[in-house]
Amino acid sequence: MTSITINGKQHSLSSIDPTMPLLWALRDHAGIQGVKYGCGVGQCGACTVWLDGFAVRSCQLTIGALEGRAVTTVEGLAGATLHPVQQAWIDHDVAQCGYCQAGQIMSAAALLERNPSPTDDEIEAAMAGNLCRCGTYVRIKSAIKAASGAMTASTLFYNAMEAEQASA
Amino acid sequence: MNKPNNPIANTDRRDFLKVSLGLALSSSGSISMMSLASAEASGTLNAYVNINVDGSVTIYGPNPEVGQGVNTSLPMIVAEELDAKWEEVRCAAAPVQQQYGMQFAGGSLSIPMRWDEMRKMGATAREMLCRAAAKQWGVPRDELTTADSTVQHRSSGNVAHYKDLVAAASLISVPDEADVRLKQPEQYRLLGKRISNASAEGIATGTEIFGIDARVDGMVSASFVKCPSIGGVAKSANLEAVKALPGIIDAFILDGTPGPYNFNIRESHAIQSGVAVVGKDTWSTFKARETLEIDWDLSAASQDDSDAIEAEALAALAAGKVETEIERAGDVETAFANAAITADATYSTDFVSHAQLEPQGVLVSAATSTVEVWTSSQTPVFIRSNLAKLLDVTPGNITVHQLRGGGGFGRRLSNEYIFEAALISRRVGAPVKLQWKREDDMAFDYFRAPTYYRLQGAVSTDGQLTGWKNLVAAASADGENANYGASYRPYDFPGKVIPNVAVEQSFVRSQTPTGAWRAPISNVYAFAEQSFIAELADTVGQDHRDFLLNAIGDKGWIKEGDMASLNTARARATIEAVTKAAGWGRELPDGHGLGLAFFLSHSGHIAEVAEVSVEGKNITVHDVWVAADVGQVVNLSGLENQLQGSVVDGLSTMAAQRISIKNGAVVQSNYDRYPLLRMPQSPRVHVEVLNSGFRPTGAGEPALPPLAPAVCNAVFNACGERIRALPISKEGFTIV
Repeated sequence: MTSITINGKQHSLSSIDPTMPLLWALRDHAGIQGVKYGCGVGQCGACTVWLDGFAVRSCQLTIGALEGRAVTTVEGLAGATLHPVQQAWIDHDVAQCGYCQAGQIMSAAALLERNPSPTDDEIEAAMAGNLCRCGTYVRIKSAIKAASGAMTASTLFYNAMEAEQASA
Repeated sequence: MNKPNNPIANTDRRDFLKVSLGLALSSSGSISMMSLASAEASGTLNAYVNINVDGSVTIYGPNPEVGQGVNTSLPMIVAEELDAKWEEVRCAAAPVQQQYGMQFAGGSLSIPMRWDEMRKMGATAREMLCRAAAKQWGVPRDELTTADSTVQHRSSGNVAHYKDLVAAASLISVPDEADVRLKQPEQYRLLGKRISNASAEGIATGTEIFGIDARVDGMVSASFVKCPSIGGVAKSANLEAVKALPGIIDAFILDGTPGPYNFNIRESHAIQSGVAVVGKDTWSTFKARETLEIDWDLSAASQDDSDAIEAEALAALAAGKVETEIERAGDVETAFANAAITADATYSTDFVSHAQLEPQGVLVSAATSTVEVWTSSQTPVFIRSNLAKLLDVTPGNITVHQLRGGGGFGRRLSNEYIFEAALISRRVGAPVKLQWKREDDMAFDYFRAPTYYRLQGAVSTDGQLTGWKNLVAAASADGENANYGASYRPYDFPGKVIPNVAVEQSFVRSQTPTGAWRAPISNVYAFAEQSFIAELADTVGQDHRDFLLNAIGDKGWIKEGDMASLNTARARATIEAVTKAAGWGRELPDGHGLGLAFFLSHSGHIAEVAEVSVEGKNITVHDVWVAADVGQVVNLSGLENQLQGSVVDGLSTMAAQRISIKNGAVVQSNYDRYPLLRMPQSPRVHVEVLNSGFRPTGAGEPALPPLAPAVCNAVFNACGERIRALPISKEGFTIV
């Protein structure tokens, strides 16, 4: 049995093959299907999730090695409102078929969590592992820039709030 | 008029079940009232438009959504004529039923084939709501106007929301077609605007259901292992050992159907032989198949070798071997004899795979004579009849649930994975989720056919393109007919434009299944034709743009009224727009080049310019400009997305995508050796949509064919090297 946290909730995955990739444990045993199967060999990025806050390929991690770890999928990305990256994906009408986009969004959100104002080169480097056959890269890049703007603005706002509270 | 308790189906659309009272309007013009009780029953729904008690309007898109945006654009057409408030419209997939006609996604046809029907659906519903309001208020119908899901009577100040009129409207007889007025384009409020995809939020939050996501209680998982050499038959396997593995429920051989596996999407229910592994979950079956040992009978298997196919094709072209004539106009021999300059060049293309991100996966429940299918097929319209034959059940007992597809590009036109799952489900007596591995998807595709063109051009002393010869070497299973997607089809250009044209054909034997791959034939032929036009321009020392415009000429519409036909005014407008946008003729940095191409396919007149720079064999594609005329714009955002995506997909394919065949088996197995373009290689894409006002046509395909020749022409202008083979990696080039 493996006990892991998925989108903030504890899951005990019993009678499960410890060599099963996280991808299939999520899809077939935890009812999490936003994570998609594309290649199974870490080439396409459709299965991207966060492991303890870092973007990883869930097809390349075995469930048996994840005891006590925390997984976030696209279903767990939004708080009270959508994550700025999700909102930007809607506003920029990024998706065509949409199959790769959960993975794209998780990679983009992980990038912006660490680097809220990435350069074009940094965006390309961070997103190079996520394939899109529909060819939506043009819009993905625009959406990341828009989300970056939104996140930078909110970070500045909260920083200012914290500074104000500290001085009060 | 249908009876009030007309039951409805579509149980996989939760939002629809919220309907408590609605106006249902069918393509045959009938309407029905529905209650909540009937909505929960299963049966038949004749509806495109449903006005809900909360004031929202549900509009059904009848064609499969595979990323081309039709579940947004088709409802937009209805909403425009209905004057529904778009923010309150819910787009839903129509159930798969005969009354919805040709429910398929292919040929960029969804918009043009549904344009009249969807407008009439919206306009007729609007007319009925207006008549109900006129009766209720005792005012003449002609004094009423509509907007934002309301009927308004200006002089009295009466305003009624559609939800408050639908009950009365549903009692009115359906108006004659002549009494239903469609809007003029200048009255459009919605069409032509940028509207976000109706599924944008579902996709961004991971809640949208794709074919791979279908689940039902009691289902089991299955994997199906076929012979790597196409057409090999499973004789025996270590089935007992596999059945003993953890999580495995059963393992057995399916005999399959003898090949060749032609692309017969309407009538075929053929499957290839293989071993089914059934287990409690996907991973159990994937793991178990690694221990499978199968003895294959290869006597009927394909012996194809892609290198040998190519060598034979190029030899046939070099020798001028002609087996059939495709097209002839004028006197080609005289044109060439009298030419001031002639040119002769051979272009080649390879097998490619669809490689859509969602591998084939389907859920089929076929344990009894009542069958259910959950799929992201592009041809749901053909599933029922073929499954009925395969399983010996009546078509009426088969329900098909259409789910969103993770990319189509032609791959989901054939339904063989559904037939595999059905046979496995029948054998195990449970609903079966069949999941193809990526490796299965790449090995058992209906590939884009390899095709080879030897083009010859004759230019007269006054610089006119007067003669055109095209000898095609086409893959053929029987040596008499080209395989699907190979060969050539008579295009208006050059056939109806250049005075002297001969297109002839030679066959190369190939058993490898081929099918429709985004913009079939055009996707390879455009590369040859539009590269060769640039070569001719260079040979005669003319500016490529001027030479191309001159070659296209000004005959106007080759076949008046036919959207698929060349309209030289539309062609010229796109070429002029794109060259203006790209700054054709401007001074470029060292090592840079601009390249131009125009192509008409799937009724879309599209011109593209690429700016590249070349260092050694490394090509950087900096910018691509697109000018597109696909008639009246429906959803501008969706259209622009298709144009941008086609550029990226075209570049992706031309760069290094190649399926090689050895001993009848596909060599590449996954994205590691079959690379898709990645974001760092992706260019900036600038699109300009020419809203010409012609009838709208589709945009899923026509922007792809011009991309490869535009880039190759730019490479020539940058470094002087002419690329005549796709993918360009075969000539040592890399897109960086």
